[in-house]
Amino acid sequence: MRNPLAERVVDIKPSGIRKFFDIVNEMEDAISLGVGEPDFDTPWHIRDEGIYSLEKGRTFYTSNAGLMELREEISRYIKRKQGVTYDPVKEVLVTVGGSEAIDIGLRAMLNPGEEVLIPQPSYVSYEPCTVLAGGVPVIIELKAENEFRLTAQELEDAITDKTKVLILPFPNNPTGAIMERKDLEAIAEVIRKHDIFVISDEIYSELTYTEKHVSIVEIEGMRERTVLINGFSKAFAMTGWRLGYACGPEPILEQMTKIHQFAIMCGPTTSQYAAVEALCNGDEDVKEMRTAYNQRRRFLMNAFKEMGLECFEPFGAFYVFPCIREFGMTSEEFANRFLQEEKVAVVPGTAFGDCGEGFLRISYAYSIENLKVAIGRLADFVARLRAEKQ
Amino acid sequence: MREELLAIVERNSRIDLKELAVILGVEEIDVVNELAALESEGIICGYHTMIDWEKTSIEKVSALIEVRVTPQRGQGFDNIAERIYKYPEVTSVYLISGGFDLLVTLEGKSLKEISGFVSDKLSTLDSVLSTATHFILKKYKDHGTILTKKYEDTREKVTP
Repeated sequence: MRNPLAERVVDIKPSGIRKFFDIVNEMEDAISLGVGEPDFDTPWHIRDEGIYSLEKGRTFYTSNAGLMELREEISRYIKRKQGVTYDPVKEVLVTVGGSEAIDIGLRAMLNPGEEVLIPQPSYVSYEPCTVLAGGVPVIIELKAENEFRLTAQELEDAITDKTKVLILPFPNNPTGAIMERKDLEAIAEVIRKHDIFVISDEIYSELTYTEKHVSIVEIEGMRERTVLINGFSKAFAMTGWRLGYACGPEPILEQMTKIHQFAIMCGPTTSQYAAVEALCNGDEDVKEMRTAYNQRRRFLMNAFKEMGLECFEPFGAFYVFPCIREFGMTSEEFANRFLQEEKVAVVPGTAFGDCGEGFLRISYAYSIENLKVAIGRLADFVARLRAEKQ
Repeated sequence: MREELLAIVERNSRIDLKELAVILGVEEIDVVNELAALESEGIICGYHTMIDWEKTSIEKVSALIEVRVTPQRGQGFDNIAERIYKYPEVTSVYLISGGFDLLVTLEGKSLKEISGFVSDKLSTLDSVLSTATHFILKKYKDHGTILTKKYEDTREKVTP
């Protein structure tokens, strides 16, 4: 029999997180700081709206681009948050999570061999999606001394005449880094100069703790060359509803909608009705959750300080990214030993790119009570490692 | 800080001051001062414990009583409310809008004790026109806390 598989797919490395997941799952009593989703239930009024839509029998396809009502609300929301206008008819597309938008955005924009700049550490899907779209991933290794922000120089150095798209993953998973307006202005200049495009994954936009999130589309000349991706998972604790969206210039969105139409048809209908409610009446919930995350973030930063663990202060998402180089172990060795000896799961930084070596991703999508137990064990573990070294 | 502080201590009045300072991002002395101010302004009125008496062997019965009263000239409802809230078995008294005037919650050892209170003490007050007593059969949620179910983390243990 012939090999039924496509080399392009077989050659993609399985997600590093998957491997770790299997180990953790076998350990019954392990506690985890390893999740990338909120611990809050979806606010009840949003769930209730989903239930109500089912009761009313709204169980059919919506239009390909999504419920008009939802697209209008998305357009209003982006206007309210970012001050930028998108035409709900032609410039907004409702997708199955932000992840689908990343995939079809790349597929709509890449010709074979064109390069995609991917700052790492970052979410696991940009690299494989680029490959599947026929593009060539080019990694930009972000540095701890820059607080894992992307600098204009780093961008400039990575650009070639094949460069087509820059992925902009801020607020960042796994580092918690954000890009402030001045940072965005600096890279925007380079982007305009070299005439490249941006896919800006802003799924954590509601979770910033110093100032309001700034989107690259707010910077002059960037709206027309950017696909803005966002969704409901992180802001409204709606990961399982699988609903996100893309906003961008009509020519790109039109082609993305074409792929979406053939591959997906439309986003889940129940989720779309719930999402309308989230955008109309969810501000208070978002604020409450943000406040809780911020308290946990401060709690963790203080705990690291007390145990003398090096960690830059992240101002976004719900992750901290401490450095464990002092122990002379790889991230994976550290995470494995910590799991075996203290039964706490954290994710090695290398799951998000090679330059995550020497770091761990610790999620604070857990109650302070849970964090206390886990961080207590981390303090014990760190103390033991230091004693061993002496 | 005030609003955030109140939201935290409303849920957990036993929280450690040092921890409170850490999660609010302020100094411990600021927390101490703010709590003292909130107490002296009468905004924080007490630090109570929520107990689900159902789970103990101690018998307790609670009831909500709707009370219709005649307000008094110059006093409104205050006098009659005071006469009612002074009884120790009364746990709360609210003046409310709608079909009756006062909502009184009551805690007693038995149905008999509560009905005795209503017929002997409450109904016989001069300005009380009528009462309607509702016994509480089960508490599902109280003070924002769900009593019937425990939080369970059903997320996958590790996700990207």
